[in-house]
Amino acid sequence: MSSIMSGSNKGRPEKIGAIVFALFIWHIGALLLDQQLLLVTPLAVIKRLFSLWTEADFLSTIVFSFLRIVSGFFLGLIVGSILAVIAGRFYLAEVMFWPFLVTIKSVPVASFIILCLIWLSSRSLSVFISFLMVLPIVYTNMLEGIKSTDRKLLEMAALFRVGWLKRMKYIHLPHLKSYLLSACSVSIGLSWKAGIAAEVIGIPDGSIGEKLYEAKVYLSTADLFAWTVLIILFSVAFEKLFLLFLKRLFVQLEGS
Amino acid sequence: MDIQVLGLRKSFGSNLVLDNLNVTFPEHKVTCIMGPSGCGKTTLLNILMGLLSPDSGSVVGVPKLKSAVFQEDRLCESFSALSNVRLVCDKKVEDKTIIAHLERVGLKDSYGRKVFQLSGGMKRRVAIVRAILAPSDIIFFDEPFKGLDEATKQMTIEYVKENIKGKTVIMVTHNLEEVKAVNGILIQMGVNEE
Repeated sequence: MSSIMSGSNKGRPEKIGAIVFALFIWHIGALLLDQQLLLVTPLAVIKRLFSLWTEADFLSTIVFSFLRIVSGFFLGLIVGSILAVIAGRFYLAEVMFWPFLVTIKSVPVASFIILCLIWLSSRSLSVFISFLMVLPIVYTNMLEGIKSTDRKLLEMAALFRVGWLKRMKYIHLPHLKSYLLSACSVSIGLSWKAGIAAEVIGIPDGSIGEKLYEAKVYLSTADLFAWTVLIILFSVAFEKLFLLFLKRLFVQLEGS
Repeated sequence: MDIQVLGLRKSFGSNLVLDNLNVTFPEHKVTCIMGPSGCGKTTLLNILMGLLSPDSGSVVGVPKLKSAVFQEDRLCESFSALSNVRLVCDKKVEDKTIIAHLERVGLKDSYGRKVFQLSGGMKRRVAIVRAILAPSDIIFFDEPFKGLDEATKQMTIEYVKENIKGKTVIMVTHNLEEVKAVNGILIQMGVNEE
């Protein structure tokens, strides 16, 4: 059974139709409400997007937030993978990591943001919050993957005295592929959501979060919607590009 | 040095599979183990390979360099047949040598295909070539020719016979014809229980 939520190309015309329908409902809703302060039309958002593009600090704002959120994501990916490998190898390590991971998973992100504001400067807050959101997802997925590695293949490798590098290439990495792709797919979107939330609370100068905060202060709904659209676009674009890169990497690995 | 199995005992829970087994496998010879299903043939092979520990008893004389065709193919599915064989070979073994071996067992047009695209019989032959080309002093075969049609089986038996000369071979099989074909010494297991 295929799902419309899955990223496949199946049902693309239906998806486009659904988007057009949603935009139409939004447009009609905004016209009926006739309150620019509460709900702007999609056309007004598009217009604002084009005017944002010409503003002097537009690019630096995007770069500021993008670099921090993506850095947090990569940090979470690397640390989460390393911890999963250690936990997969040593049961004691898995037990010792457990309370930390449970805490990170269950504590509300706003609590972390406010706590981290005391520890860190607001400029590096989004890096740390993105990292915290990505870490448990990557750790959990990768650990599940490591634990479910085919023991019979590992026995085969041991009997034939296959070195660890070849074991990684031929057994571990192909098996972990789906777990890694799934972890990245889920955590990239979350890292953007949490990273921007951290910026809105911490209000570092020159960030997208600051722009959203200003939109709230000046009751500029068009700005709020335009920046939100940009966040979605960058989040989705980064997710698609990074997953494509990973898939290509695995194709090269398996083809070599 | 012959392989000596002395007083071997192995059980899985309450199921006693091997009970005080004593057997000798001569060096540089082909020994075939036959017996009904569940009599402990694969368990014995796994203990000899070092993949299982016996409850009691001992095994002496198993060479360090081992190779095997397992009961399952145990291939890396997302890699080609060629890559799967290359995985276990010495660096000095060239691709053309591996390809020649794969061609010898009828995989001329298939060695570049990923294993998951191959049929069961093709996978079995890749596993056999892998076991033959891996550096080894002893080769274990656990029902190596299962799933092969008669013509392919004969071709593969010929290939195995050509390439196991001088090696110690222990083969589990259900087929007496295969024992004769590889000139194997026959050991029957579980016949008393029968």
